[in-house]
Amino acid sequence: MLDYEFMRHALLASCIVALVCGPVGSFLVLRRQVFAAHALGHLGFAGAAGALLAGVPPLWGLVAVTVAGGAAMGALGERLGDRDEATGMVLSAALASGVLFLSLLTVGAAPATALLFGNVLGVDTPTLWRMAGLAALSLGLLAALSGPLLFASVGPDQAEVAGVRLRAISAGFLAITGLAVAEAVQVVGVLLVFTLLVGPAAAAQRLTARLWPAVALATALAGGQACLGVALAYLTDWPASFWISALSAACYAAALLR
Amino acid sequence: MSVGEISGALRFSGVSLRLGGRQVLTGLDIAVPEGAFVGVLGPNGAGKTTLMRAALGLIQPSSGRIDRRGTAGYLPQTGGHLEDLRLCGRDFVAAGARRAAWGLPIPDRAARLDVERVLALTDSAGTAHRPMSALSGGERQRLALAQALLGTPRLLVLDEPLAGLDPQHQVATVALVRRLQQTLGLTVLFSAHDLNTLLPVLDQVLYLGGGRAEMGSVAQVVTGPVLSRLYGAPMEVIPAGGRLFVVASERADHAGL
Repeated sequence: MLDYEFMRHALLASCIVALVCGPVGSFLVLRRQVFAAHALGHLGFAGAAGALLAGVPPLWGLVAVTVAGGAAMGALGERLGDRDEATGMVLSAALASGVLFLSLLTVGAAPATALLFGNVLGVDTPTLWRMAGLAALSLGLLAALSGPLLFASVGPDQAEVAGVRLRAISAGFLAITGLAVAEAVQVVGVLLVFTLLVGPAAAAQRLTARLWPAVALATALAGGQACLGVALAYLTDWPASFWISALSAACYAAALLR
Repeated sequence: MSVGEISGALRFSGVSLRLGGRQVLTGLDIAVPEGAFVGVLGPNGAGKTTLMRAALGLIQPSSGRIDRRGTAGYLPQTGGHLEDLRLCGRDFVAAGARRAAWGLPIPDRAARLDVERVLALTDSAGTAHRPMSALSGGERQRLALAQALLGTPRLLVLDEPLAGLDPQHQVATVALVRRLQQTLGLTVLFSAHDLNTLLPVLDQVLYLGGGRAEMGSVAQVVTGPVLSRLYGAPMEVIPAGGRLFVVASERADHAGL
């Protein structure tokens, strides 16, 4: 199956996405902010569809909206988090805008399906390079931020006494999460970002209580699930997103039962 | 937070504190002596947490100034989020070892030694390998206390650490804090709902009520006249069995108040 370029691309894309989703997802789970990833996926749909309409690569529209959305969510803090209705309405409006943009394009349902559920077997070389660049950027930013971010995650009040600026750290981290969401969407689509961003990290933290082993395990699980899912999609002709999500759910269930 | 020419560990000079547009405390003049164990007492909503957060620099006074010597360790009131934390105690404590420094949270050798030191000080070395979510409330609290002791704080601020503990663990917590205060030479601000658990160890009492504060020894502050002033209603202090009971005065009713 490695004779095909699209399979080599799909497996490479899976590994790139896993490298970002493991560490970012570990902090999302630690901070109990997993639904931020879900929300950013919905926002990203509008951005990607808008970019298609404007004739720009959808990845750029996705990145612009998820990063800005993440930074805004972090900066607003609890004022936003406590308002379920407002959050729900913003997400609905974002999805609806995406639907409008796609209908204005009049190119059928294919781009919509690709955005909603991913199209890892269709990743071309330029997209792969863009994904690698974004991965390097998000990992670099996360590495710089991770010290104060970890302290703020486990002891916000104590961190604030030590001089950590909680708002700024939260905004920075959710902007990085926006980058990770944009990456994950390339593989599993906006509706299934949980699968790679949250599933492996949540399973890993049930298997080990040590920080670095949990981050490494989350990354390995995400990579294993994504690559195995792509291979199973090749063998069965079922969607890769289905296999990846099924493997992610199975791993999480196994970790729960352990 | 400026560090002025002060002889004590902490000084409030003409401080007023506002929270969410509401004036919580007015005209505070407090000097906390170095190395004192201070009980912060008062009714619900009197401003105990606000005063402690101001001492830590988390709230800026609307007027007056606060001077503090050295760094402070903080044990906040709500440790609720720790119940769900699937991180082991040692990594939880180590998360604070680099303070606010940028970069990967990998403690250097000195920081690792400091983590082991505070784990030993709080009798937490035996539980530090287990996830926080698998520990008892008292074990989690000792680890949070360990994190607050990282570095060399001069002041330790503990917000209602006895809330939610059974009487036996309350006594153990007070004894542990007393031991830390004496061996490390710390100044301690310890807020509590009930005075009596703290009675054996208190050097000073900081009693809040009616937007004001009184500070002094137990004998000076926990008296009918002082508390009546703070509560804005006649109060009485009844000693019984080595304990003090603060109650609304009934005799005042008969006096026609």
